Amino acid sequence: MNAMSGKVPAKAVRQIEGVAIRFTGDSGDGMQLTGTKFTEATALAGNELATLPDYPAEIRAPAGTLAGVSGFQIHFSSKSVRTPADHPDVLVAFNPAALRANIDDVRPGGMVIVNSNSFTDKSLKRAGYAEDPRPSLRDRYAMVEIPLTRLNREVLKDLDISMRDADRCKNFFALGLMYWLYHRPMEPTERWLENRFKGDLLEANLRVLRAGHAFGETTELLPVSYIVPKAKIQPGVYRNVTGNTALAWGIVAAGALMQKDVFLGAYPITPASDVLHEVARHRHFGVKTFQAEDEISAISAAIGASFAGVLSVTTTSGPGFVLKQEALGLAVMAELPLVVIDIQRAGPSTGMPTKIEQADLLLALYGRNSDSPMPVIAPLSPGDCFYTVLEAFEWAVKYMTPVVVLSNGHLANSSEPWRIPDIETLSRPRITHWTDAKTFQPYARNPETLARPWAIPGTPGLEHRIGGLAKEQTTGNVSYDPENNEQMIRLRAEKVARIAVDIPPIEIDGPESGELLVVGWGGTFGAITSAVEAARVDGKPVSSIQLRHLNPFPTNLEQILRRFDKILVPELNQGQLVRLLRSEFLVPAIGMNKVRGQPFLIEELRARIDELLSEETSP
Amino acid sequence: MTDHFGKLTSKDFASDQDIRWCPGCGDYSVLANVQRVMPELGIPRENFVFVSGIGCSSRFPYYMNTYGFHTIHGRAPAFATGIKASRPDLSVWVVTGDGDGLSIGGNHLLHTIRRNIDIQILLFNNRVYGLTKGQYSPTSPIGMRTQSTPDGSIDHPIDPLAFALGAGATFVARTIDVDGPHLQQMLRRAHSHPGTALIEILQNCPVYNDNEWIEVEDRKSRINAALVLEDGEPLLFGSEDQRRGIRLHDGIPTVVELQKGEDPIAAGVAVHNERTQTPAYAFALASLKRPEFPLPIGVFRAVETATYDALLQGQVADAIVKRGAGSLYDLLHSGDTWTVGPS
Ligand code: SF4
Repeated sequence: MNAMSGKVPAKAVRQIEGVAIRFTGDSGDGMQLTGTKFTEATALAGNELATLPDYPAEIRAPAGTLAGVSGFQIHFSSKSVRTPADHPDVLVAFNPAALRANIDDVRPGGMVIVNSNSFTDKSLKRAGYAEDPRPSLRDRYAMVEIPLTRLNREVLKDLDISMRDADRCKNFFALGLMYWLYHRPMEPTERWLENRFKGDLLEANLRVLRAGHAFGETTELLPVSYIVPKAKIQPGVYRNVTGNTALAWGIVAAGALMQKDVFLGAYPITPASDVLHEVARHRHFGVKTFQAEDEISAISAAIGASFAGVLSVTTTSGPGFVLKQEALGLAVMAELPLVVIDIQRAGPSTGMPTKIEQADLLLALYGRNSDSPMPVIAPLSPGDCFYTVLEAFEWAVKYMTPVVVLSNGHLANSSEPWRIPDIETLSRPRITHWTDAKTFQPYARNPETLARPWAIPGTPGLEHRIGGLAKEQTTGNVSYDPENNEQMIRLRAEKVARIAVDIPPIEIDGPESGELLVVGWGGTFGAITSAVEAARVDGKPVSSIQLRHLNPFPTNLEQILRRFDKILVPELNQGQLVRLLRSEFLVPAIGMNKVRGQPFLIEELRARIDELLSEETSP
Repeated sequence: MTDHFGKLTSKDFASDQDIRWCPGCGDYSVLANVQRVMPELGIPRENFVFVSGIGCSSRFPYYMNTYGFHTIHGRAPAFATGIKASRPDLSVWVVTGDGDGLSIGGNHLLHTIRRNIDIQILLFNNRVYGLTKGQYSPTSPIGMRTQSTPDGSIDHPIDPLAFALGAGATFVARTIDVDGPHLQQMLRRAHSHPGTALIEILQNCPVYNDNEWIEVEDRKSRINAALVLEDGEPLLFGSEDQRRGIRLHDGIPTVVELQKGEDPIAAGVAVHNERTQTPAYAFALASLKRPEFPLPIGVFRAVETATYDALLQGQVADAIVKRGAGSLYDLLHSGDTWTVGPS
């Protein structure tokens, strides 16, 4: 959208391709809720969209301070949308701290909507402003200054609710106004309020929402409203889903599809706890959740459940993933099926728990003592989290191995419209447990997959012992034989390598060969693809691939890498995949690294692509 | 081999693996007695699971011809929790030691006991690290000289049963490696208890801490050194002509000398009640230490309360009754959805 300054006839309606809006306020102002409701309405309006919530690590940081600012960005369009956008076109700031924390991100000339009642001396000081910033901002942005607190109180003055409760409704005033501004349907939010509140509180929220909308129609502060036409979207039934919800539903779905009980062991940790919460709501699927005393117990219990014959999974984030490594080594040795979901967050150590990074790849691959190979999959988008979990379970039971899923805090909390799969099209692997006592050997291997049999307690005649001590081939008895040990280590590695036959060849976005290939992995898919496609629109010879399978790699990866002169590997870490590609394939891949707790901006990827393409190709 | 419908014998519970404990180790006796009790429990052999951590005692599952899982150091209770929570039909036994269970695994032991999941925990207490060659353990006495404590240990020891009681244990017992009949009786009692049943087994390590429990292992000295707990009976010990009892006044124990023929109850000797609701009583028994007091053996506490596995299973069953068996279609279509038609 463009500058708001020109003289336009009252209440004009203008059509735009898309817009990115960021709602910001104190963590108590309900910004996440406002953003979520706006997202639902936008999805129903038929746009493509992507969102990014950004909330403070502190549960209740002091009100009005920069530390307490919470934000929610939504990017929606009539064209394809893959990221929440680098720079919002519109900023809604509920207080001076929110303004100060976010104003530098806003596109020059963008719209800034503020609550003018919040610009008191006290709150300016809390936000660290020496003087009122609005006068200087008016030159650079379309400032829309609304006395939000006062208007909101007026609407509610005859209701019997406290001033505090009244003030807490003002996010819905702003939401109503934004619904007017972008022609979004109000009904879904009204329906939600009716289910959520009763009596005066329901009345208050509904009134304020509608008053915000009506204010838009009448105020002279906003002379134009905007229509964002529907996007061309693949037919189907859609819903919004965050990565964490998709992971949780993948866990539940795995049990339903494989007709197995599921056991989830987890310990609360940001940003993974929501997966535990969501799965715990679905006990009627025969799913058991266990909140353990620590991360080690969570994975140990899950491995125990796997030994006992149920589908088992443990969920965590970086520091918790570290604690699980010893038990994970046992799962490799015992060759039991297990899914481990690590929702990576910014580190090292406790780091920035609510911020984004993808720096646990080498930990997943090499974080255990000795040679302890393990398959690794990384979802590309929130909706892909669902399929990734299903695939991980499928591998785990087919190959009798733990499988790691590497999501990240960005996928976890971002939502996107997700086409609900037709359940009939989802694969339903049949699980068979060994029963024949005459032929049973705990470590006999399937000649094709090298998997050992999954023989579970309660089966007569298959009583056997497993554990972490070195195993004799076939019998699984404890063995210190050097030859045997080397063969077993090779066999386990070979077993994981053979999973490659189940991985579809990776597809190139763009020309099949050429000057520059950008290689990403996991959750950076949206930004990388957007940047590469934009570069191609400008005529740049650049292609991209996004790796979902990190161990083993897709079998055609090497051929693809060799078809390009230059390889750029953007990662939200200090260079992990790039190291693997260089050592595995001896290709001169170049890293592009960012560890600021934030996702890649499309523009910074674009800049690096342009820079590489303008360099002389070395002989 | 006997099939599981026929009568099993202790031999059916012996695996074909060579036993690797040192000659004279107390673990042999415990193994033999466990193998003797298993066939009597009326459970098909394939429904037993033995789970262990790391240490000498944790080799135990390899020698049992049941399902077995030799896991990682200290975590056996957590593995067992996952097994029992997902398969309540199995009979799950944890074998651990004073180092494995109370040092590296203290946290898991605490929380397993507090949840009261229906498993049996056999804690072999030899007051030393055997497998790592003789360092002091969390139950070793102050002053114990080992390779890691050449000047004597300065750690205050923990009492396994006091620890378990503090965690809210519903069943705790103590027995002696070489006292077969008593050990077997404790195993049966632990098995029939619904909930976490912890048995401390006083076990001799002839290599690194020989004769630690000799006073109670030796039949002659046991009469004076041990107090055999019998439910409903007074707390008595000592030989016929030198009977003594334990009096509890405000929870503080004292030794009472009894005259020949004197009625112990009239003399104020406490009567053992395993079902005493307050754990303070069992805690007072756990505080009885040599040489001031006899060492109690037997069941200290046996009270019944809901088990974690049954409650969890109940929640799943309730959810199915209330909401019907889960439908994947309904889950994926829950909340707001919208349809995009063909353009
Ligand atoms: S070191 Fe001690 S406890 Fe370990 S096997 Fe030898 S005698 Fe038994």
